[in-house]
Amino acid sequence: MEEVISKNASSYKRLLRSYMESQDEQALYGVEKVSKAFIKNNILPEEIVNLHIQAMADICKDLTDEYKHSMNFLLEAMIFYGLAMQEIPLLREEKHVLQSEISVAASMQQTLLGTSKPEIEGLDIGVISVPAHQMNGDYHHFVKGKDGSLGIAIADVIGKGIPAALCMSMIKYAMDSYPEESMSPKSILKNLNRVVERNVDQSMFITMCYAHYQPEESKLSFSSAGHEPGFYYNAETDTFKEFDTKGLVLGVSPDADYKEYELTINKNDMVILLTDGVTECRDGDRFIENEEVLDIIKKYSELPAQEMVENVYKHFERLQDFQLRDDFTLLVLRKNM
Amino acid sequence: MNLTMNVIEENEKSILNVSGEIDAYTAPKLKETLLPLTKEEEKTVEVNLENVNYMDSTGLGVFISALKSAKESNSKLTLVNLQDRVLRIFEITGLDDIIDIRAAIRGGNE
Repeated sequence: MEEVISKNASSYKRLLRSYMESQDEQALYGVEKVSKAFIKNNILPEEIVNLHIQAMADICKDLTDEYKHSMNFLLEAMIFYGLAMQEIPLLREEKHVLQSEISVAASMQQTLLGTSKPEIEGLDIGVISVPAHQMNGDYHHFVKGKDGSLGIAIADVIGKGIPAALCMSMIKYAMDSYPEESMSPKSILKNLNRVVERNVDQSMFITMCYAHYQPEESKLSFSSAGHEPGFYYNAETDTFKEFDTKGLVLGVSPDADYKEYELTINKNDMVILLTDGVTECRDGDRFIENEEVLDIIKKYSELPAQEMVENVYKHFERLQDFQLRDDFTLLVLRKNM
Repeated sequence: MNLTMNVIEENEKSILNVSGEIDAYTAPKLKETLLPLTKEEEKTVEVNLENVNYMDSTGLGVFISALKSAKESNSKLTLVNLQDRVLRIFEITGLDDIIDIRAAIRGGNE
């Protein structure tokens, strides 16, 4: 440390003298380099002030006492900065440890919550889920019943980050324990509501849409617990309709009841389920309206469902000031026969 | 984006005027101000959201906590003057059924 200071002391003095004489840019550039060398070697700020005091004493022989006292005062003030700075390497190391722990947790979450897109004859499924941070507070899940039916859950934890993500694991395991075929969307939500109400922190809530599709009858039944409404695309009329679903978010009141809705799906019709990360996309300060989301979906609707959702996400990602503020999940079902 | 708040105390009523955006970054600040108001016994806490142009789901969490805390202390929580975008979130989540919400901007008491 001493060595670095003495090595740079003369150049500091030379640069200072040159700057005092002509205020030239070159000297400023030079001192930037000296300063970087100091930072690299963990030289404390008070050492630099001290260097400055000595250099000034050499350069100007007629310094006033006031000036000298003021510099000693500054020196004292800088000591505390130095103490704070000494903690930085330690904090950096701790941050590194935390980061790697979080990434382990994130990959564990992926394994725990992993779901695979099932093959259902006559149904084209596409899904994309992008977390805003390392861990995803959105969740989607497919269950293929023995009778050929398909259960789909899409959910969002209110509250962000790691606690939210952990909370989702609980939901998944609760759902896994239900005998799938025998339960309707509304009774699944009613059950989950009790699980969340009893077990989750007061300020954490979950919104969920649960849908059940029966290919034989081309019938979709679904219920929503405060979840961002999905859309139904009618191919014949070429129109979108927002689901008019209502229901209380999971975890607020123990005796919430959920309504169940039914929909018959025809060839080329689509059902679009999403989370508020999609509808709350922003381009800088501008909110993206639902109509715009639907326009984009329509634009790519000729593609297979998976390519479609990926292209919709890419479209938003390309917006100039786009920043993903919330986890983004988009799920599309299309009947293709 | 910032969130600013001020509290006006009337006899049995605290009015919290909020303006700005309520999101993951500002929600803790809202919680810090709102929760103590709902802990006072037998009060009406009125939150004026007239100047809130954006709220995400983290904001809901704060209002649900505030509702629970108000019930515990026999107080009442009312949200007034919500902008459409903010009102929509309360409607979607079904919370407009359990929280007293007066959306339209109007003067005086009902």
